[in-house]
Amino acid sequence: MSKHVLSLLVEDKPGILTRVAALFARRGFNIESLAVGTSEVQGLSRMTVVVNVEGAPLEQVTKQLNKLINVIKIVELEADQAVQRDHMLIKVKTDSATRSQVLEAVTLFRARVIDVVSDALIIEVTGDTAKCAAFIKVLEPFGIKELVQSGVLAMGRGSKSITEKVLK
Amino acid sequence: MTNEVLTGAQAIVRSLEMLGIEDIFGLPGGAILPTYDPLMDSKKIRHILVRHEQGAGHAAEGYASASGKLGVCIATSGPGATNLVTAIADAYMDSVPLLAITGQVGSKLIGTDAFQEADIVGITMPITKHSFLVTRPEDIPEVMAAAVMIATTGRPGPVLVDITKDAQQGKAEFVWPPKVDLPGYKPVTKPHGKQIQAAAQMIKEAKRPVLYVGGGVVRAGAHKELLKLAELIGAPVVTTLMARGAFPDSHKQNLGMPGMHGTVPAVTALQKSDLLITLGARFDDRVTGDVKGFAIGAKVIHVDIDPAEIGKIRFADVPIVGDAREVIDELNQELKSGIVAGDLDIADWWVFLNGLLERYPLGYTSANDGKLSPQHVISRIGELSGPEAIYAAGVGQHQMWSAQFIKYERPNAWLNSGGAGTMGYSVPAAMGAKVGQPDRLVWAIDGDGCFQMTNQELATCAINNIPIKVAIINNSSLGMVRQWQTLFYNERYSNTDLNTGTDTIMIPDFVKLAEAYGCLAIRVEKEEDIDKAIKLAIETNDRPVVIDFIVSRDAMVWPMVAAGLTNDEVQYARDAAPVWDGVE
Repeated sequence: MSKHVLSLLVEDKPGILTRVAALFARRGFNIESLAVGTSEVQGLSRMTVVVNVEGAPLEQVTKQLNKLINVIKIVELEADQAVQRDHMLIKVKTDSATRSQVLEAVTLFRARVIDVVSDALIIEVTGDTAKCAAFIKVLEPFGIKELVQSGVLAMGRGSKSITEKVLK
Repeated sequence: MTNEVLTGAQAIVRSLEMLGIEDIFGLPGGAILPTYDPLMDSKKIRHILVRHEQGAGHAAEGYASASGKLGVCIATSGPGATNLVTAIADAYMDSVPLLAITGQVGSKLIGTDAFQEADIVGITMPITKHSFLVTRPEDIPEVMAAAVMIATTGRPGPVLVDITKDAQQGKAEFVWPPKVDLPGYKPVTKPHGKQIQAAAQMIKEAKRPVLYVGGGVVRAGAHKELLKLAELIGAPVVTTLMARGAFPDSHKQNLGMPGMHGTVPAVTALQKSDLLITLGARFDDRVTGDVKGFAIGAKVIHVDIDPAEIGKIRFADVPIVGDAREVIDELNQELKSGIVAGDLDIADWWVFLNGLLERYPLGYTSANDGKLSPQHVISRIGELSGPEAIYAAGVGQHQMWSAQFIKYERPNAWLNSGGAGTMGYSVPAAMGAKVGQPDRLVWAIDGDGCFQMTNQELATCAINNIPIKVAIINNSSLGMVRQWQTLFYNERYSNTDLNTGTDTIMIPDFVKLAEAYGCLAIRVEKEEDIDKAIKLAIETNDRPVVIDFIVSRDAMVWPMVAAGLTNDEVQYARDAAPVWDGVE
């Protein structure tokens, strides 16, 4: 599997998410994850897209994305030059016997408990994809009742910003 | 100075006027009604009322393709808008500058499944270059200007502007020129100097170069630059289905059309080439055949205004992003400093190609069932009408014969649905072409199948004094499908009989149908009547003309590379493969 993380700077216009998602569907590109939100600049949004490029080369994916009028810039964030984070909420089954073991795992993975009831915990964890996957593996034996995740968020290292050049 | 306050509807019409739009094809309905009111008063815009919105779309395409200008069509919401979809998809595939304006239900009704509501922006997203939904009257001037700019610059294409009824009815100041802000849209037209040098170097070293010319050369108006380049380097030229006329057919370097039904010399030249000088072409599967076996010994220079076309199908050794006209012009200048005409070492290449031209000229076997040979009919239309005429074809056998047997000497003379393969394109496209180029003779060369899809626009032509000529190449069947059934399905003719021939129940009788539409209608069954009918059609300009040519249904399009095979397996005629020798 060949995964790439793309960071897109897009105009915050109605339908932009549909345009990007539809382009992937129409051209037969695979999205592994997609995270969208506003950026530090008003009117511009940032998308982080993880693409699996087995079928079409990455170049074709970025060229087609660039043709979307509302897409302003695309940057590939390579693992060694960017920080990448997943964000997850996990509801784990617990009882008096297992709770301390779960809490120990939470400490080890620097996760946080954000809701407690007598028979379950909601745990929040952030980290790279591998860490989150490892954490889930540790929790699985206790019983994961629910899991939601944000999709990868990524940002290039260093002081530069991808909006800088665009706005000049 | 205070700006004039206009309704959104008035702003739409005024914007179109300011943008230089002179002709619009459309059909009104509830959600676009507000706009039709001020449209009635416009002194600058001629609106042509079609009989079906698909006709409006293809007419706008034909208008654009014949004139090089923007084509504009307009329809109401819901079914009016969805009827434009085929034409929009067609324009997208063939890079036709098209503006489609649709009415939309009131902004407060969007999403409620209101009467005649359809999410046309969503429906057309994958088949438009861009689209806009306008819900406020003050946004109209900017959106209209942006839409026209996007449709006509860079790689041209269709742009949809969907305008809610309340945006048309509301009022706003009309500010012109509007500020158009498209930070994500910056088409590159000027090529990179280093790439031009690299291309020139590669051309100088080539032993078997071919100029592989696509529709981009026509859209860019780069035919003069192309002629210079071709004569400078002396290389053979092939013009794809979309590029027929980009290079004169009478020129001795022109090998004709490549591809599934290309000439043997054109197909073989690409196949045996060591350098494809690709200009505004996109390695379509109908040109390459099985792409793994396509021109395996060739390096590729790929010139395209759309970066995404470069490397999409075939690796480019020298990619050049830019407008074909600017690129070819710079390439000519670069080459001129290094070589003189005929300097390239390609004499052996021409010996091989000339051998092919001699042995495998375009030809056909005459029909032996007492009916007309369709290839002969189409040849005569071309010969009697000449290169200044415009020829719009439908899709199928008659389209291929029209691409093969009419000699094109100028761009924008040949209109067809190349990428999408839309049956029914011909009559409305010819209508649009005649509106855009009223002084030219315009033929719709159509099949009996295609003609039954859009012939209602004959009413539009007759009423609005748009005297097109329609030649129905009537073989009483869906001819191309029938050809495949003959060749690949054991002559089992599943659902391809149309019963329009003179020896069938003849429903409909095209002569009666055309007469009902106020056209001059002629049926031709004998070879000696062909010229007479064509001449009468050319002379008749007080109404449209329809000629029903009764042709043999057994005629087939040759040469042919069957789907999925490599171009090495081109068949010159049934069971007749060319014999190769010389260059391998």
